[in-house]
Amino acid sequence: MKAVIVGCGRVGAGLADELDRAGWQVLIIDAVSSAFDRLPSGFGGTAIRGDGTDEDTLRREGAEGADLFLALTEGDNRNVMAAQLGIEALGVRQCVAKINDPVRAEAYAHLGITTLCRTNLMTTAVLGFLGQAVPDKPGIYAPEVPHIHADGQAHSIPEA
Amino acid sequence: MFVLVVGGGKVGYYLTKELIASGHEVALMEKDRRRGDQIKEEIGSIVIAQDGCEGKYLREAGANRADIVAAVTGDDEDNLVICQMAKHHFDVPRTIARVHNPKNERLFRHLGVDEIISPTRMILGSIEQDIPVHELLHLAALGVGELEIIEAHLQAGSPAIGKIALDLDVPPGCSLFGVIRNGQPTPLRSDTVLAEGDKVIAIGRPDCEVELRGQLIGEHVEA
Repeated sequence: MKAVIVGCGRVGAGLADELDRAGWQVLIIDAVSSAFDRLPSGFGGTAIRGDGTDEDTLRREGAEGADLFLALTEGDNRNVMAAQLGIEALGVRQCVAKINDPVRAEAYAHLGITTLCRTNLMTTAVLGFLGQAVPDKPGIYAPEVPHIHADGQAHSIPEA
Repeated sequence: MFVLVVGGGKVGYYLTKELIASGHEVALMEKDRRRGDQIKEEIGSIVIAQDGCEGKYLREAGANRADIVAAVTGDDEDNLVICQMAKHHFDVPRTIARVHNPKNERLFRHLGVDEIISPTRMILGSIEQDIPVHELLHLAALGVGELEIIEAHLQAGSPAIGKIALDLDVPPGCSLFGVIRNGQPTPLRSDTVLAEGDKVIAIGRPDCEVELRGQLIGEHVEA
């Protein structure tokens, strides 16, 4: 099983390590090479400095046909774009985009992208810890439909 | 016509001024508060110093009644999200995105952005027209970019030389429609044989290019 992770922050590095230990083939990309200091010394995957929203870079590093694509940079929009590249251009089965803005997280789930919302996750965790009622705002929005384009149809991007 | 411009850099600023001058209703969103306030002083209250990627602020700026949303920030990913939010969340009939990485054009079009403006591509096209390269030249894009007009300059070694133009096995979605020979435009007839130095003009989808290049320029070309 092959996983591509864009963004080597704490969550990206942590997941890269966990998946690597679980036997996945892991490729992690970050724009800044010092970010890879977060990876443990025994990390067995590939760490590449580059732009995770650049189709050429992703292809060159073998992201095509991966089983899992996690877009976890600090930019909501960058993550949305990377995940849509993963789905449409690279044929990745499972793409997750971190979107901290709850409105955008929900909107993109309606467009067929799995979104991870830290704002909702933390709000829910804190309210739960305090024993208060937790609003129905999930940390992960699983899409109910395949990825949708302007014409309302799900289909893959034509080959160049 | 109500146009919502997102991105108050140089492009957004001049675009807004021009649109106002031609009598359109315009709103301009700029997420940098200082820049936003600065242009607000000059242009007035139609400048909204908020992030146009956020649904909440797009609504406040009137995205739900906009005829056109033009996303002209300096970041491709922001321009994509602005157009997708406008299209899918606010049912805006026409979305326009400025794209810097020409590779993103295909993705943006695929994801439903109606019009894509790539300054990089435009400048590249302009340069290519001036420099003789053994490549296909992009002369113009037709419609919203599904088709382009291409020129292929046949040099020694081209596999097309000596062949009847209309017999060439051009890829589907592509059509040859003329030859410029010794500076003279010539329509293709059933007996037009291609010669070295000919400039073949074709119309086709961008995805036909690789195959067309093989047919007209050849595989082994010095750059």
